[in-house]
Order: sequence, then structure tokens, then C-alpha cells
Amino acid sequence: MNPTQELLTINNLHTGFRVKDTYFNAVDGVSIHLKKNEILAIVGESGCGKSTLATSIIGLHDPNNTKISGEIQFKGLNLAKLADDKLNNVRGNDIGMIFQDPLSALNPLMRIGDQIAEALMYHTKLSKTERSHRVIELLNQVGIPKPERVVRQFPHQLSGGMRQRVIIAIAISCKPSIIIADEPTTALDVTIQAQILDLLKDLQAETESGIILITHDLGVVAEVADRVAVMYAGQVIEEAPVDELFSNPVHPYTRSLLNSIPQTHSDNEKLEVIQGIVPSLVNLPRDGCRFAPRIPWIPAEAHEKEPQLHEIAPGHFVRCTCWNHFHFEGEEGGSLT
Amino acid sequence: MSFMEIKDLRVHYPVRGGFFNTIVDHVHAVDGINMEFEKGKTYGLVGESGCGKSTTGKAIIGLEKITSGQIIYEGKNVTNQRRQRNSSYNRDIQMIFQDAHSSLNPRKRVQDILSEPIRNFLGLSDLEERKKINELLAIVGMPEDAKLKYPHEFSGGQKQRIGIARAIATNPKLIIADEPVSALDLSVQAQVLNFLKDIQDELGLSYLFISHDLGVVKHMCDHISIMYKGRFVESGSKKDIYQNPQHIYTKRLLSAIPNIEPESRVERKIERINVEKNYQLDHHQYFDLNGRVYDLQSISDTHAVAKTDKIEGVI
Repeated sequence: MNPTQELLTINNLHTGFRVKDTYFNAVDGVSIHLKKNEILAIVGESGCGKSTLATSIIGLHDPNNTKISGEIQFKGLNLAKLADDKLNNVRGNDIGMIFQDPLSALNPLMRIGDQIAEALMYHTKLSKTERSHRVIELLNQVGIPKPERVVRQFPHQLSGGMRQRVIIAIAISCKPSIIIADEPTTALDVTIQAQILDLLKDLQAETESGIILITHDLGVVAEVADRVAVMYAGQVIEEAPVDELFSNPVHPYTRSLLNSIPQTHSDNEKLEVIQGIVPSLVNLPRDGCRFAPRIPWIPAEAHEKEPQLHEIAPGHFVRCTCWNHFHFEGEEGGSLT
Repeated sequence: MSFMEIKDLRVHYPVRGGFFNTIVDHVHAVDGINMEFEKGKTYGLVGESGCGKSTTGKAIIGLEKITSGQIIYEGKNVTNQRRQRNSSYNRDIQMIFQDAHSSLNPRKRVQDILSEPIRNFLGLSDLEERKKINELLAIVGMPEDAKLKYPHEFSGGQKQRIGIARAIATNPKLIIADEPVSALDLSVQAQVLNFLKDIQDELGLSYLFISHDLGVVKHMCDHISIMYKGRFVESGSKKDIYQNPQHIYTKRLLSAIPNIEPESRVERKIERINVEKNYQLDHHQYFDLNGRVYDLQSISDTHAVAKTDKIEGVI
């Protein structure tokens, strides 16, 4: 099998939400691709558009108030233009989704077994007994003890980690080629988080699917991802293989973000603070480098007029040229030449 | 010298059931913990959700009924006077909540929010009160015109700072911070943490820092207690806990923290599996037959671990 085969290609995607008759783009010109057998992490702070990107892929937005333009190429289909009934054949079947909060993603009035079987009923031609066998098999696969008992239980009877495992079981029930995981471990404790991440990685190795992992936690990224795209204000500002990104981050935003994490193995007294706040959707600066207002000590000439992604090493992309001249506030260096 | 001491604190919730809805059992949310607080130090309380760490904080400040145990504040037993007005305890112990948004009254302006503790405890004149509010806003680094705004006009980090301003209005000695940064973004989290450290130096505050994030706790705290099922499994200085963890639960917790070094992730996964294996294997050394954590035994001046050398069944 060709490992470089591209599963999903997103080209210049814009997703805008309507606020009083004007559309504001939450995702503003994102182009990414996902290969088979790969975990692509999308990182950013809240409001940077990472979840919007995920929900745009499977079209979970209200069509009356959102405008999606651009291309989402998947198996020869453009998902951005696909009608809803056609998209239903893709959702859950070819693309599985794992949501952040497992309790609100599950139906509280349905037994666990029925919820998992629902996707199978819709997308496969299995008989009823085959379905119930498959449900038990899936629950075993995600590591739930005593699956025969759990199929008869309701979501409230399970712990948070178990619920998230059920969600994962639903997501992988139809053997999708892509799994989108939107903050899958944010609501969980660290010990459970480690278990769920290990599970995701094992499942991926087994099924050879591609995973898009959306998270704000750089620790999680370092733990599981193969490739990382960092988003800020609706744009991808840096994209690199995971080792490269953590050993050689170049964009000012990535560097500041990595500096502001309190780490368990370092003893720095003061955390780095990024000045200002993440701009809201309506007040987003649409021209020039979007990160410029938060690094005011960098001269304006350092930024590009229309920041583009530049490839500075194989597979390592950075937006804008300001990283060349960037230094933390109070530090020397990066003079303009 | 410690100014406050907590002795054998217990909070049990009744579980009702049966035909007459009688009390059939108790949930031991907090089950016999001891703590001491010194001036200017930060104490960390770490554990998974449901381990009783928030209940401990609430019980100390008086938002939760105490089943048994004592709180000694400056030599006096204040266990039953925690919510009395005019008591100095009530003034000197303040709290910062996790969700800044829901802890601020949406219909009050910032100046009304800040004047509430001032009116309750300080009894200042109108003019002094206004001056005090301006001072507080200056301490938390907000412009003066912020006092006429409503909470919804601020961002998450700013709201948390208003919560902090409210907590320090009465010049407290101890602030209980219940997950103060877990709802905030990374860059904002760094701002609030730096700021909490600054005002600690300035005002000589002590913190009880409740969190599930071991990175944040390491950054903030001098003394850390790890909690599990309402009891302390390990308690010690920052160095004791992070460099020489003794209890299997602490090791398990530490091994589960994601690290930002992708090169070593395979080793960490192997370590995690090993720790998990030991956790199953040596369970009886750390937990008794009912799954209850043993009493703390000190192994050095600062370090105490809940552990037994006895073999199961002989106890």
C-alpha cells in the first residue's frame, strides 16, 4: 500500500458565520491535507477556528447562517458542495467523529448497544444478530470490560473515560478511513487521557485510518501526533512534522505558546506571556500579519503585506516573514537587514 | 509558624435509599485529612475529578458542612464560626472560583462586585471605598473605567482578575484557589499565574491551590498533597513529589502527564505500562482490603506517604 496516499485534501477553505447580514470568516483560507496512516494535529487557542474547520469537513453547520467556500476533496467528492443526503453517506461511514464531551454526545435515553448499532444499521447491511455481534466486538476493541453487560446500560451508568470509549466505538464502527477527534480528552483526567490517547494510537495502527486531532493541549500533540498545524485567527500559521515543530519552532506565536506552558521538568520562575488577547471574530485584522498586534516590539517592516506560507525546510511551512526578525520582548537580536 | 491548621477533616454525604428513604450509607468525600498553612507559602492539592479536592476547599471556607474534624485559626477553634459575619476568619480566608464568569453577578457592575466585601468587612466611608476600588483595580492591572462595566464586557482572563480583586479586597491571609486557570487558554493562563505570584510577594498571601494540572501545580506550589478517594496518598515539598515519588498513585499520575518532547514518547509509553502493571501488582501495599488509602507515614521532615509494609490479611 502506498503510504503517501492522500486521503483528504482541503484547498483554500473559508467558513463564514453570518452576523447581521455580514459573513465573518472563522476559517480563512486553510489548505491542509491528510495522508493515510497519519495523525494530523490541529492546535490553537479557543476562537482560532480549529473546531469550525473540523465541523466544516463533515458539514455540521446551519446552512442558512454559514457560507463555506473552497474545496474539501475526499474520494473524488467535494464535501463543501455536497448535498446533505449525499453527505449522510459519508458521515459516520467514511468519516467518524469523536466529540469533546462524551455525555452530551450520547443519547441519555438509549442503551449503549443501540447507540452503537444505530450507525451500523444506517450504513451497513448486517442482520440484527450480526449487528449485536459487531457491537460486542467493537466494545472489546476499545477496551471496555464486560461488554455484554455494558450494551444493556445507559450512558449515565458509565464513567467519563468509559463514555469516551463508547464514542470512539461509534466513530470506528463502520471502519472509517478518517477519524476527526475534536478535543477528545479535554473533559477527562490525566490518567484516563493517557489511556484514551494510547487507545486512539493503537486503533489507528490497526485500521490504518487517518486521524485529525483537534486540541489546545501541546502536551497531547507531542504525545500522539505525526504532523502538526498551528492555527491562529482562522489561518494556519505553521505546519511541520511533530519533532521538527517542538525542536525548531519558528513562528512567533508557536514560540510564545511553547514558552507559556508550565512544565513539570523545568523550574523557570516566570512564564512567558503573550501580550493582548486573541481577537474576536468580528474584530479580526484581515490585512497583514494577524499576529503583529501581539508582538508590537517587532517593526512593521518585518511583516509581509500579504503573509503567505513559506516552506523553510521539507514539510515545514511558516506564514509571514516576521519569524526571521522575531525575538522575545526584552531580548536582543533579529535586526532588520 | 503556621497560622492555620486543619485537623482530621471529614466530610461525609449521606446516601438515602430503601422504602422509608433512610440513610443507608455515606459517601466519604473527605476522609480525615490534616494540613497546616504558613504565611507566604503556596499549598497544592492535586487529584482526579471526584477525589474530594474541591470539597476540601469548600469545607475550609464554610460552603460545605463538616462532619467531624477541627479548623484551628490563630489558636482558636473556628470550626463552627466559619460563616459568621464579623468573624475575622471569614474576612481572612477568601476564595477564587474556577469559572470566573458564573462567579460574578451578571447584573452588577464591577464596582458593585468589588464593594461587597469592602462593605461587609471593612466599614469604609464612601470616599475611602471608591479609593479602595481604584487601588484594587490598579493591583490587578485594569483601567479605572472598568468599574462601570458589567462582567460580560470582559474576556475570560480579565473576569478571573476581577474575581481575584474581589478576593484580595479584604486583605486576606489565605486564598483558596479552586482550579483558577483550568477554564483559560494557555497564554491567558500564564498571565493569571504570573499575576497570582506577583500579588503573593506583594501582600504576603498564602494560597491553597486546587488543581488537576500537575504542570501548573509544580509551577505554583511549595508544598503539594496528592489526594485520592478523599484521603492524602502523598504529601511533601515540590522536590519530594516530583523527584522522589513514593506512592504508586503519584507515580501513575506523573507518568500520565503529556510531555512536550515528542522524541521520548515511546519510552514514556513503556514507563506508563510498567507503572500500570505495578499499580495492579502492588495494590495491597498502598490500599487496604476495602480500597481505602492507609494513613500517612512520614519518611522525612517534609515528605509523608500512605503506605504499609504489612502483608494483606494480617492487619
